[in-house]
Amino acid sequence: MRFLTDRKRAVGRGAAGSGAEHHWYMIVSAVGLAVIVPIFIYIFGSTLGGSYEEVVATFSRPVPAILTALVLIFGMQHFSKGAQMMIEDYTRKSTRKILIISVIILSYGLTAFGLFALAKLAL
Amino acid sequence: MVEFALPKNSRITTGKTWPKPEGATNVRKFQIYRWNPDDGKNPSVDTYFLDMDKCGPMVLDALIKIKNEIDPTLTFRRSCREGICGSCSMNIDGINTLACIYGLDEVKGDVKIYPLPHMPVVKDLIPDLTHFYAQHASIMPWLETKTNRPAKEWRQSIEDRKKLDGLYECVMCASCSTSCPSYWWNSDRYLGPAALLHAYRWIIDSRDEATGERLDELEDPFKLYRCHTIMNCTKTCPKGLNPAKAIAEIKKMLIERHV
Repeated sequence: MRFLTDRKRAVGRGAAGSGAEHHWYMIVSAVGLAVIVPIFIYIFGSTLGGSYEEVVATFSRPVPAILTALVLIFGMQHFSKGAQMMIEDYTRKSTRKILIISVIILSYGLTAFGLFALAKLAL
Repeated sequence: MVEFALPKNSRITTGKTWPKPEGATNVRKFQIYRWNPDDGKNPSVDTYFLDMDKCGPMVLDALIKIKNEIDPTLTFRRSCREGICGSCSMNIDGINTLACIYGLDEVKGDVKIYPLPHMPVVKDLIPDLTHFYAQHASIMPWLETKTNRPAKEWRQSIEDRKKLDGLYECVMCASCSTSCPSYWWNSDRYLGPAALLHAYRWIIDSRDEATGERLDELEDPFKLYRCHTIMNCTKTCPKGLNPAKAIAEIKKMLIERHV
């Protein structure tokens, strides 16, 4: 039993003073991804069924390579922040913290693996 | 943590079925949520039958008739019976609305009435709105000024006054907040559509001088940004207001402070 007033419960620890940047990042990255993901899918799709040399040749060119890197970086960041929002919605306490840390590690990990694979193909 | 099933003591059982009115030809069935904190039993749904030829046109008329003529223990809030006080908000036919302005002809089939969802129940159709009201109080729902009080009045242009239309009409019935899944899961920290609509009403009031402080208080991942534009609030508002738009405007103002 905690003898807190209704007002104290409602106010909690006050405003964190953040959230607007997260919201703005999600909007900007969503618009950016809406442009680059279809182009990436087209490039990726055009290499399907091709030989190893053809795939390497495609991803060695600057535009496909840079575009793939952008999709990886911004796609994973968008995923990370979106998943964080979802985790915050549905979980509490330690579970929330562990899941948020896990999803950040996962997104950075996938980005690093993807960039490494891309570098091996492109360079 | 989100809960997908009701706790054992909240599971709804079948309640009492009251007799049909004798000699009536135009009979309608009402299924109403009942829970009494004093009897220790689980909530139940009681069934009532009303002669519609002797009943008023609104859901509240039916509830009052049941209370007056069939079951005086049925408990619900009501006052103005014209959509101004916001007391009789409840879930009717799956929609959060005001019983006094919701017509019985708008309900197809049996009339199912429950208290506002995801709120602690005080008794029968009465939800505990203590936290909801405290959240409203926390957004400082009054005019904040720093300039010395003018001799006569705080003046406002017609254009600036018009900006308050669609906001000041909110009667704090809680229909919107209790229809919002984000509010269901995180009402301890998320202010909910009603409080945020009121917050925006004071933010855009041209006479208010605490705009920055008000926005500071809202810049929080939970207080404001739990709104995912689900729009249930706007869909359900019995007064036809648009809390989702008000929240979007606050988000826009916060971004404009950064960009």
